[in-house]
Amino acid sequence: MKPYSAWKVFVNGMNGQKGWTRAWRDPEPKKEYDVIIVGAGLHGLATAYYLAKNHGVTNIAVVEKGWLGGGNGGRNTTIVRSNYMMPGNREFYEHSLKLWENLSHDLNYNVMFSQRAHVSLLHSPAARDAAARRYNTMRLTGTDGELWDLPTLRRNIPHLNFDADARFPITGAMVQPRAGTARHDAVAWGYARGADQYGVDILQNREVIAVHRDSGKITGVETTRGLIKAKKVGFAVAGNTSRLWRMTDLGQLPIESHKLQAFVSEPLKPLLDHVVVFGVGGAHFYISQSDKGGMVFGGDLDWYKSYAQRGNLPIVQDVAECATSVLPCLGRVRLLRHWSGVMDMSMDGSAFICKTPISNLYLNAGWNYGGFKASPASGWFFADLIANDRPDPVIQNFTLDRFSRGINIDERGAGPDPKLHG
Amino acid sequence: MLRIQCPFCGLRDHSEFSYGSDASVEYPPLDGSQEAWHDAVFQRENIDGVQFETWQHTLGCRMWIVVERNTRTHDILSVRPAHDGIAQALNPSLMIEPDQ
Repeated sequence: MKPYSAWKVFVNGMNGQKGWTRAWRDPEPKKEYDVIIVGAGLHGLATAYYLAKNHGVTNIAVVEKGWLGGGNGGRNTTIVRSNYMMPGNREFYEHSLKLWENLSHDLNYNVMFSQRAHVSLLHSPAARDAAARRYNTMRLTGTDGELWDLPTLRRNIPHLNFDADARFPITGAMVQPRAGTARHDAVAWGYARGADQYGVDILQNREVIAVHRDSGKITGVETTRGLIKAKKVGFAVAGNTSRLWRMTDLGQLPIESHKLQAFVSEPLKPLLDHVVVFGVGGAHFYISQSDKGGMVFGGDLDWYKSYAQRGNLPIVQDVAECATSVLPCLGRVRLLRHWSGVMDMSMDGSAFICKTPISNLYLNAGWNYGGFKASPASGWFFADLIANDRPDPVIQNFTLDRFSRGINIDERGAGPDPKLHG
Repeated sequence: MLRIQCPFCGLRDHSEFSYGSDASVEYPPLDGSQEAWHDAVFQRENIDGVQFETWQHTLGCRMWIVVERNTRTHDILSVRPAHDGIAQALNPSLMIEPDQ
């Protein structure tokens, strides 16, 4: 497969777009692989890509029950940021943001990463103090961030609701200028194409229905279209982790599946240059404008456990109320689509990239709301874990036993109630 | 909108209720082992299918109820009060007559 370039866009523009070839193969599976990754979402595809690129492991299959990027990879609001405070999280997400910054070049695929700044609105002195603490911690540990006063915020986003009579008057914002958005499908396609170029087999429409074990080790996975053997297996199926985990007979996980809705409006002319986040008094709302002009936004979980990929009306109302309270100019904008994804909500709101009680089984799970921005680093560190059979120090506490060891990574301080971790 | 048949108030929108948790979790005694408490607090079966779960009728009678619901389809199969004593009190045939 030839690399994409501006020259090829020009040449194919002159010959009726006839020179393009398919971006990845649709191969028949081999009998055995060195590594099988279950789940061709952003995390699984990134893992295969970095296993091949960083560790020279190329005899890999990525097994997917539907089509690649068809789960949460295609159901998010595409926000990328690294404004985390807890040890482990901040290093992990900052590494991810650095990978995002060069991802289009690395993959030779335009993921349309746009560092348009992530602006979290502040509404009280207490919120400003908490933001200052978070951003000072970030700046001391290698990430960047800024606090904006009201005049700066007004200058940058003049059409927010700055009314002093607002239920929650805006007093400023905490901002990460390097944060932004990316094109979610392009990330899946870019990683798929990149992995495929190293010889990784992406096997779509093959649901894993059983896991074969022999003398304590996994020998392969049974799929709806036959058995595939493997020396090592990695699970990367956030949303359905518990279902797959049951096949291993390893007991329960600190995860509940909840659903999160997202929305896109009809396309508008350029209106919003930043990612804006509104979270106060029980409200939770985030919004950006896509390159096609649609306002992309979302809010809270639906508040009850679910595996159904469809949302419910009370949250639609909540999100619409947030939208019009922050950006009153959206009052007459019509909704184009809305959808829902199933989240692995963990007991402390943080993820798992870890070994398991089975020596050749590895787990990547528990991404809560935050899986999209995490996908490059998730693939990077999961690949490192699978290749070297030991965790990198950055992910050393992304383990299943952190609750029994009392080292929870509870960024929000919400306690062991999965639905409260946003 | 889910509609939940509250045993005390009748059929109501689920936005009046708040979801609790998996009702099958059994909490150990207060002096139970650390492992037992760890499993009860942190580990979940995370059922895909029919599960029993607790809800509170927060904007109604504020009673806790147990709902049997399919987590794949959202179909509600049964609802009962969370506390057996209240269930008994609701059923007059089980009520104990107060002493005269």
